[in-house]
Amino acid sequence: MAEAQNIPAGATAGGAVAVAAESTVATRMSAPPSYDVQDFPVPHGREEEWRFTPLERLKGLHDGTAKADGAIKAQVDAPEGVTVESVTRDDERVGKAGKPVDRIAAQAYSSFEKATVISVPKETVLTEPVRVLLHGEGGTTFGHTVFDIGAFAEAVIVVDHTGDGVRAANVDFLVGDGAKVTFVSVQDWDDTAVHCSQHNAKLGRDATFKSVVVTFGGDVVRLHPRVEYTGPGGDAELLGLYFTDAGQHQEHRLLVDHNVPNCKSNVVYKGALQGDNAHAVWIGDVLIEAAAEGTDTYEMNRNLVLTDGARVDSVPNLEIETGEIVGAGHASATGRFDDEQLFYLMARGIPATEARRLVVRGFFAELVQQIGVKDIEERLIAKIEEELEASV
Amino acid sequence: MATLEIHDLHVSVEAENGPREILKGVDLTIKQGETHAVMGPNGSGKSTLAYSLAGHPKYTITGGTVTLDGEDVLEMEVDERARAGVFLAMQYPVEVPGVSVSNFLRTSATAIRGEAPKLRTWVKEVKEAMERLQMDPSFAERNVNEGFSGGEKKRHEILQLELLKPKIAILDETDSGLDVDALRIVSEGVNRVRETGEVGTLLITHYTRILRYIKPDFVHVFANGRIAESGGAELADQLEAEGYDKYVKGGVSA
Repeated sequence: MAEAQNIPAGATAGGAVAVAAESTVATRMSAPPSYDVQDFPVPHGREEEWRFTPLERLKGLHDGTAKADGAIKAQVDAPEGVTVESVTRDDERVGKAGKPVDRIAAQAYSSFEKATVISVPKETVLTEPVRVLLHGEGGTTFGHTVFDIGAFAEAVIVVDHTGDGVRAANVDFLVGDGAKVTFVSVQDWDDTAVHCSQHNAKLGRDATFKSVVVTFGGDVVRLHPRVEYTGPGGDAELLGLYFTDAGQHQEHRLLVDHNVPNCKSNVVYKGALQGDNAHAVWIGDVLIEAAAEGTDTYEMNRNLVLTDGARVDSVPNLEIETGEIVGAGHASATGRFDDEQLFYLMARGIPATEARRLVVRGFFAELVQQIGVKDIEERLIAKIEEELEASV
Repeated sequence: MATLEIHDLHVSVEAENGPREILKGVDLTIKQGETHAVMGPNGSGKSTLAYSLAGHPKYTITGGTVTLDGEDVLEMEVDERARAGVFLAMQYPVEVPGVSVSNFLRTSATAIRGEAPKLRTWVKEVKEAMERLQMDPSFAERNVNEGFSGGEKKRHEILQLELLKPKIAILDETDSGLDVDALRIVSEGVNRVRETGEVGTLLITHYTRILRYIKPDFVHVFANGRIAESGGAELADQLEAEGYDKYVKGGVSA
């Protein structure tokens, strides 16, 4: 499949790949990060950070017209030792992991009533995941969740999004020194849902943070997974998997800010697209600041376009302010499952639908295996099969 | 006994200025157990013949018939042809990233045989076939054709030939790009399949070199979209000595 032909970023293969020219993360933003929605102008759609997003489908989240008129059913399964609190916005843990970087994130921050803080005490090693089930029941909701993971604690956190609704909610991670966190966020919304969220992870010294973002559903899903480090030895792995169907817009905008020395990051996002007007956007920003000597980073985005009519915009961006690093690289490739591959597999007796399945399974398999949470892996494989069943 | 009959086959491809006819009436009958070498200069339509038989969508059949034991091959989808027993070893096999050789082989064998091969015997079968082709076991875990050298790709094609046991094997320039050692290994693989007597082989080649290893029963000279001359193995010797000049000149050249 053309995916591995390593079509360089900027090439077109069925979908389209756009590459940022000379832009910097700072100049891309229409306003500096802020908790206050009033600090952001209402986007008109031509701004760098909004130019791929269909504003008219955001149900007013971006322009202040969305009102908190909806409901979302939340269920938290917290293993023993984990505390769950409902707090006000003046709680010092709320917003500590990072400031909102766009108007919707700030709108969410300005609009939530109570934040949920889920804490894992220091040195507590959980054997069961913390599970948060969020089921949209229609209308607009705002939210804020903080996961406060103490030093040397270990936790797996799974947040599931299902149902329908318009949801703007930010998720913070305060990852203590030496702690290990795996965070899985599944966007399995109904096809009418709108979901915008900023994930801020602030990593302590020697902390390990693995984020797995899985997006299948929704009309528009726009997520900002972001990582910053507060001490050396931090290790962030950001994995993502999306399956974009006809008419869906799925946008993942990542930032890893290497602001201290000797930290690692690895970003791998893979997506498959099928159907008319399926649109996936991937923005991968990695900053290596002058102080961040010894940084080791790699980011990759791969897209597999299964049918005509789908579009991919993939923009890797690496900014390096010091040469004293271990490694830095990025790659983006978008390819299509083409007639030649189909012919080859069919010429070996494999029917067309089975051939397509074989290729997509293979495309995602390696990534799924890296998740390391068995039941999530199995669910994803089942979900991928389901998406393939629905394939045109 | 399986028989592939090609009668008055005409094939076109879409070109910039409309359809261009490449095959202009090919007649050829291949029976199980026979080996036919089709030889011809570049551009004569040899590969078009191979891909048309396998059903590549790029080629449009504009006339003629192809039957396998009386069944209309041209009516079949690509995968149906393969399951009916037609195998094409490709000159340029494509990469299929994300799909391991072992997964691919098993999926293919399951499709061709109509049931999944028993795991234990299958593993042994693949392992032994790979050993015979001097392929490293690690090969099975690599993605199909991804990063394969030219020789590895051809060995992989012949590995499939050995495992899938077709009735009719079409080898499209399997010899091109191979060094002498690889040519010998690949040829031995083809010969093992031929020796079963259960395959009819259509060996398409530009050079006579491979015919030192694989002895054809019939040699056909292909020129200008049709068979210009047929004979026994001695015709290959004549081509070796004289080249294709007399077929591409003399007014038949395209």
